[in-house]
Amino acid sequence: MAVESVLSAPALAVSVRPRRIPPAVWLIGPSIVFMAFLLGWPVVQGVLQAFRNEEGFTLEFVARMADDPYFWPAVRNTFLLIAVMIPLQFAFAIAMALLLRANPRFHKAHFFIWAIPLALSDLAAGLVWLAIFNDRGYLNSALSLVGLEGASWLAYDNQTALFVCVLIAEVWRSTSLVLVIVVSGLQGIPRDYDEAAQVFGAGFWQRLRHVTLPLLKPSLQVALILRTILAFQTFAVAQALTGQNFPLVVGETYRWYTGLQNPNVAAALALIILGASLVTSIFYLRALREKGQGN
Amino acid sequence: MMNPTSRVHPPVDTRPLAMRRRGRAYLQVAVLGISLFMLLPIYLISLAALSTRESLNRFPLSLLPTDVSFETLAAFLGSTGIVGAFGNSIIVGVGTLALSALFGIPAGYALARFAFAGKEPYQLFLLFTRALPIVVLSVPLAHLFLVAGIYDTTTGVILLHAALALPTTILISASVFLSVPRDVEEAARIFGCSPAGAFLKVVMPMALPGLAAASIFTFVMSWNEVLGASILTLDHRTLPAQVLTSLSDSPLAYRFAGGFALVVPSIIFIAFMRRFLTNMWGSTIR
Repeated sequence: MAVESVLSAPALAVSVRPRRIPPAVWLIGPSIVFMAFLLGWPVVQGVLQAFRNEEGFTLEFVARMADDPYFWPAVRNTFLLIAVMIPLQFAFAIAMALLLRANPRFHKAHFFIWAIPLALSDLAAGLVWLAIFNDRGYLNSALSLVGLEGASWLAYDNQTALFVCVLIAEVWRSTSLVLVIVVSGLQGIPRDYDEAAQVFGAGFWQRLRHVTLPLLKPSLQVALILRTILAFQTFAVAQALTGQNFPLVVGETYRWYTGLQNPNVAAALALIILGASLVTSIFYLRALREKGQGN
Repeated sequence: MMNPTSRVHPPVDTRPLAMRRRGRAYLQVAVLGISLFMLLPIYLISLAALSTRESLNRFPLSLLPTDVSFETLAAFLGSTGIVGAFGNSIIVGVGTLALSALFGIPAGYALARFAFAGKEPYQLFLLFTRALPIVVLSVPLAHLFLVAGIYDTTTGVILLHAALALPTTILISASVFLSVPRDVEEAARIFGCSPAGAFLKVVMPMALPGLAAASIFTFVMSWNEVLGASILTLDHRTLPAQVLTSLSDSPLAYRFAGGFALVVPSIIFIAFMRRFLTNMWGSTIR
């Protein structure tokens, strides 16, 4: 035994050194390599694709992107959609979560129904609302049944109607994500705070403004980041509802890549989405930190 | 002397009670209204997908299921590429799930159990990857996959989807492992389990329900992803990609049937996940 241990001591000393690598590295390392290869590398390549041709650095693709007649409408539509949709769906989600908290009858069934769109793709949502909004669809049918004249909701020349249709479809589909985050945030807030405020005579709006919303801030922050990033990527809903009539930036990327077979311009368009996503994420994180210091 | 029925009650103010009752009634109405708004479109797409082509051409459309038929749906399922696309979607979903679990569960376990240098940057890195739009990745990856010879294969789509799902898988599994008490693992070690044994025999069974919910979530993400799948494939498309690319040259009936085929699985997914919805999204997403 003693001989054995003496013999194995130097061997141990040698073999221990590589084993010093903590287990965490072995557990985490593969995921880092995998993501670096499939997430990091494509981003670098994407930047190169957008700004480089055979001769080197070029702004040719950016210029082609900006000259396209669909480009500026797509940018405008994307930002407009986000500016209107995000506040609207947050208001809805908070209202829905508060309704659920008031414990209505069958609240579990209602929560299940409200969560169904969580698993829906925006393509599916677009097709669902196409059945309603198309010229001979269910909305116009219902209108004609009550004796009203229908309208061409998805006509090219009526951008406002197009916008509202896409907005309704997206709010219908994506509010459930915000709802689930807000509901789980509310579950983490003890009711005592609310009841204490009530005892001291705070009305509903006062309690919402000064008790519930501040306590929900972390959940809202997460939901805001996630939803805004995902909203920048909206495209299939517009594609399904309107075809080319309501261009969005990601839809344009798709068109440049598959229709026009130009990956370079597609990459340039994709970088706009990347930039916008990063800027909004950093903005939300900043806003959170500043408020954290204020407390 | 005094008859009990003629005793004079002090006046009771019933207004708060009535107000409360009215409040409850409003609450029920509001909740039912929202549920109706959520369900009505699903009802209508089912109606459209389950009616004949002639009845779809009629105007106004019937709002009640008067002539239910599987003709439209059968035509959709029979059209070229749809059955194959269904198969591809399932292959890609399962492959994504397996790959992201393979890389994600160990990393999640490490995040939950170990303190290590670089933990903060790693978490920040995960947050950053969540902000990466699919579209940014798809175009360069298409080029890479062409060179590597896996363009237009389910493998390529699996790799993209697994990379997209990995940060979420890591964060969710970390929170699942955090909910398994460290004590039981230590107890297993004291009774002679190896670290791997303690993990497999004690931690894993307790974490399994949460991890299963996380995998359904991964599957749903892959099932729904449209853009990357349609950029990375030509003939081996997943179902949403197939529907998207045939949108412009297909009749309305085909699109409605396609929409219905995409909606039905998601209802089933949510039915499976509903117990885990809030705890999965609540603490984990950061």
